[in-house]
Amino acid sequence: MADADIKNSNNEFAKLFSEKANELMGRLENNDLAGAVGLIQDLQQVRDENLYQEIGQLTRALHESIKNFKLDGDSKGAGSEIDGAHEGLQYVVEMTAKAANKTMDKVDESMPLSEAIASEASEIHQEWNRFLNKDLSADEFRELTKRINTFLENTDKNTRKLNGNLSDILLAQDFQDLTGQVIQRITTMVTDVEARLVNLVAMAGHVDQMTGIKHSVVDTPDEIDDPNKGVGPQLNAEDNEDVASDQDDVDDLLSSLGF
Amino acid sequence: MKILVVDDFSTMRRIIKNLLRDLGFTNTQEADDGNTALPMLQSGDFDFLVTDWNMPGMTGIELLKHVREDERLKKLPVLMVTAEAKRDQIVAAAQAGVNGYVIKPFTAAVLKEKIEKIFERVDG
Repeated sequence: MADADIKNSNNEFAKLFSEKANELMGRLENNDLAGAVGLIQDLQQVRDENLYQEIGQLTRALHESIKNFKLDGDSKGAGSEIDGAHEGLQYVVEMTAKAANKTMDKVDESMPLSEAIASEASEIHQEWNRFLNKDLSADEFRELTKRINTFLENTDKNTRKLNGNLSDILLAQDFQDLTGQVIQRITTMVTDVEARLVNLVAMAGHVDQMTGIKHSVVDTPDEIDDPNKGVGPQLNAEDNEDVASDQDDVDDLLSSLGF
Repeated sequence: MKILVVDDFSTMRRIIKNLLRDLGFTNTQEADDGNTALPMLQSGDFDFLVTDWNMPGMTGIELLKHVREDERLKKLPVLMVTAEAKRDQIVAAAQAGVNGYVIKPFTAAVLKEKIEKIFERVDG
């Protein structure tokens, strides 16, 4: 790895440097000035070459680090993890908005129904009390029985509708599970990116010294490798042939397997 | 009919339990992953298992495999209700012996249909 390369070249450089330095001392003692100047030039060249080499290695290490920001084994093959997170959060926004709207629609639909039931019940109750107090004429009583009949019919119908709406509202809460899974994945990714950024910063900190560059690639285990582990909701099921985009797809696949 | 609902998200467990109740199944219990579910299944007399796939600890597919390996549990009907929608995952679940597979998000009608289909097949 780049780490080992840099150490090796540093060792070589140090060795060469001390050899040449000894030679330089010898030449100076022998008053060989021209030879000494030549040696200094040699030394400078070696230093320059070493510097270029190290910069090259550093660039490569940096490049590898940047490459690690890409998604591993992504089905689309392209796009950084940041893009993935962006897409995931977009999914969360859409799912939560859809759930909230559906819930509010159903509540809006339900409120007038329950209000109507309440107000009609209260009016009928008053009339009924008049009847119990024998305040009601025969005509009024006939009117009341008709009213009660209609009320019972409507209540039967409306409470069914209310139950259906409540059930839809309940089902609309499934977004919490789906978005929760996406958010958990993004949280893990952000933690990984943070660790790699710290690495990059540490690397940059070593540029001045040009030595002891710590380039440790964080090997994150690829979760997709374990078929037992799930991958969570598919964000673009329609665009991916490996993914069932809806329940009909699942049913088709299962029936092709003899289900 | 005693049913175990396994999902790591409590909202989803609640949704499934409510839908089951609407379908007339009131005797339900919950577990949040395979590791909690398996001992419950082994010690309780459950008639039906509804499980998610993606859970920390033991996943749903692992739970399914354990159930099929267990002499006393191997005939237990298992419905997978999951966001996992990759074709090879569905095939893997079928091979592991799942009785039904519902992908999230799902509707009450789909859940009802799959459950009824499972019991038709089990009873028939």
